[in-house]
Amino acid sequence: MKKEPIEAKELAVDKRISGFEEVVLGYSEKEALAESFRCIQCKNPTCISGCPVNINIKEFILQVTRKDYAGAYFTIRKTNNFPSICGRVCPAEYQCRKACVLDKSKFAYCSPEAINIHFLERFVGDYGMRNNLEAPIEKDTKSSKTKVAVVGSGPAGLCYAGELARKGAAVVVFEGLQSCGGVLRYGIPNFRLPREILDYEINYLAKLGVEFKTNVLVGKTVSLDELFQQGFSRIFLGLGAGVPSFLGIKGENLCNVYSANEFLTRINLMSAHKFPEYHTPVNIGEHILIIGGGNTAMDAARSALRLQNMRGLKPDVRIIYRRTELELPARRLEIEHAKEEGIKFEFLAQPKEFKGNDQGFVRKLICLRSELAEPDSSGRRRPVVIKESEFELDCDLCVMAVGLKANQLLIKATPELKTNQDADIIVNPESMESSIKGVYAGGDIVGGEGTIIEAMGMAKKAARSIIDNT
Amino acid sequence: MKILGKSILADAGGLRIISLDIFAPEIALKVKAGQFVVLIPTAKGERIPLTVVNSDKQSGKISLVFQETGLTTRILGAMEPGDVLYALAGPLGQPTRISNFGKVILVGGGVGIAEIYPVACAMREAGNNLTVILGAKNKNFLILASEIKAIAQDYYCLTDDGSSGEQGLTTDKLNALLSKGKYDLVYAVGPIPMMREAARITRDFSVNTVVSLNALMVDATGMCGCCRVTVAGGVKFSCIDGPEFPANDIDWDELEKRNSMYLDKEKHICKLKNVS
Repeated sequence: MKKEPIEAKELAVDKRISGFEEVVLGYSEKEALAESFRCIQCKNPTCISGCPVNINIKEFILQVTRKDYAGAYFTIRKTNNFPSICGRVCPAEYQCRKACVLDKSKFAYCSPEAINIHFLERFVGDYGMRNNLEAPIEKDTKSSKTKVAVVGSGPAGLCYAGELARKGAAVVVFEGLQSCGGVLRYGIPNFRLPREILDYEINYLAKLGVEFKTNVLVGKTVSLDELFQQGFSRIFLGLGAGVPSFLGIKGENLCNVYSANEFLTRINLMSAHKFPEYHTPVNIGEHILIIGGGNTAMDAARSALRLQNMRGLKPDVRIIYRRTELELPARRLEIEHAKEEGIKFEFLAQPKEFKGNDQGFVRKLICLRSELAEPDSSGRRRPVVIKESEFELDCDLCVMAVGLKANQLLIKATPELKTNQDADIIVNPESMESSIKGVYAGGDIVGGEGTIIEAMGMAKKAARSIIDNT
Repeated sequence: MKILGKSILADAGGLRIISLDIFAPEIALKVKAGQFVVLIPTAKGERIPLTVVNSDKQSGKISLVFQETGLTTRILGAMEPGDVLYALAGPLGQPTRISNFGKVILVGGGVGIAEIYPVACAMREAGNNLTVILGAKNKNFLILASEIKAIAQDYYCLTDDGSSGEQGLTTDKLNALLSKGKYDLVYAVGPIPMMREAARITRDFSVNTVVSLNALMVDATGMCGCCRVTVAGGVKFSCIDGPEFPANDIDWDELEKRNSMYLDKEKHICKLKNVS
């Protein structure tokens, strides 16, 4: 008998939009077991190659079927340091689940039949967290003598720090902001990744002996040369891609046109949704438009709708995207959540110009209609603007979620660090070493905007090349 | 991040300008004229940028000067020596381009006087001939006057009520000086209307003019774009590309509007917290 996929329970919509509580509640033990038994334990599993860090998915699911959750936890931890985080934010439907033999979809993302690997990973990760399971420390004498500086405390930096700390290296993480986590802190909202999960992982690293120094801007407060002089023998740069792109259209600097980074940072890092208890403000409008179709756009849209609801306004948030629903790069689950919560979509629309009032606040967005032509270099069908197709949308607040570029603070201060035309750091793909000896890099600062698990994959590679060559 | 010293530079009619000395040895070691720090006074506070007015490598001290205008500056103003800031990072922004330009006019208005002080010191050290024009509401708000006067070849001060120096506007004095003599550079910091007027005046005399902008910021490290300004038709981030820009290239109207984006929220929170 064919077994139906087990859906994870979720918070009711009305409760979701009245705050920032986590939406997906995760599996119970019974649900996790039922889902794990759907896995047919392929002789030659394809899912593992779909995972950027090659988690032994077949093995950990088998361990779940045997109720050996601790075993499953350690299986995942062998290649993934943060299962509770990845189980929540990985675009599994494009990665491991897309590679699952049960997938029947002809699209870039999997069909519901594919095993819910991410929900199982989250269940196992949360089990490990609840039971304080700790991955074994494998100190080796060589690494113990190494003093390593990590610049940036996002996914790449945290992963790298954990890898080396477990080998016994002295690791110091430098973070420019007042709290650690990078994009996991300022970018991803609590309703997708609760702060407790992130705090747990950071505290765990601190217990391993990793030292965190916040409010330090490497490149400004201290240079790479000075870090070497302070006795660090290796430096890892997990700087991230945090510079927001804009479209360069007229009216983009009107008041209440935000970058997604600014809008989300005000809320996630500075708690502007709790203004005036917290002192950082964020504006909200009656007719909010979000430009873009990625996860950041979904996060911004859903945060904006929550703020409207919390401030007693009728929810009206619309996502403007130049292709169609099929091409939206966001996680499918988040698109569904956005729809359930009342986010509207305007597909095949290209922003042309903002119009404001006399006080300089945005009031309208003029768009052009587009249609899809043949696929471009990204493999997605290219949007082409239709002539004389202008239309106007009410807009008193807009969030631009149209991509991010490499952080420049350290790069500009370090001319000997070689970068490519996108201003990303150039590394040796085998060792992840940059043009400066002893300086390694990984994550979005190398690959451009990618996923958290991809960043971790690069960080692990860089860590491995140090551990092997110390 | 510990506050070592505090002095009230001006206190009249419920308005105060305060100087804080803060222990920040790494920043003191690096900071150059024209750069700023970003700080959060208390755990639930805002990140605000403040220009570093003075620094001492030996003692590891930096000095910040601010006027109590909104909630955050009032919280900061209520802090005392021994208190520790919740967060402090820097130095940020591009340093002022210091060189021997020749004859330099520095214009400081209000709390902007504090911001021209480190630039005046560096320009003087580079061998420039300095003319300083300071402007304030009245004599109580004429901060750092003796320090600046001591390093200037020519010194003028103007107040709204004539209680010190001449009654009038700094920009009128600037106009008068440029009409009479030749200068190589004008550096101006103050309220937007003052800087904008300085830009308008110096354009007629085609003298190179630099201003330091006070755009709103959040992270102040180039990641949010809150501080974006239009300079010569292109978008710049004040925090990493600035805070100084050529005065004549700035879209002042846009900056003024963007800086008033949260005025209603500021009024609301000040009223709630009883600090208005």
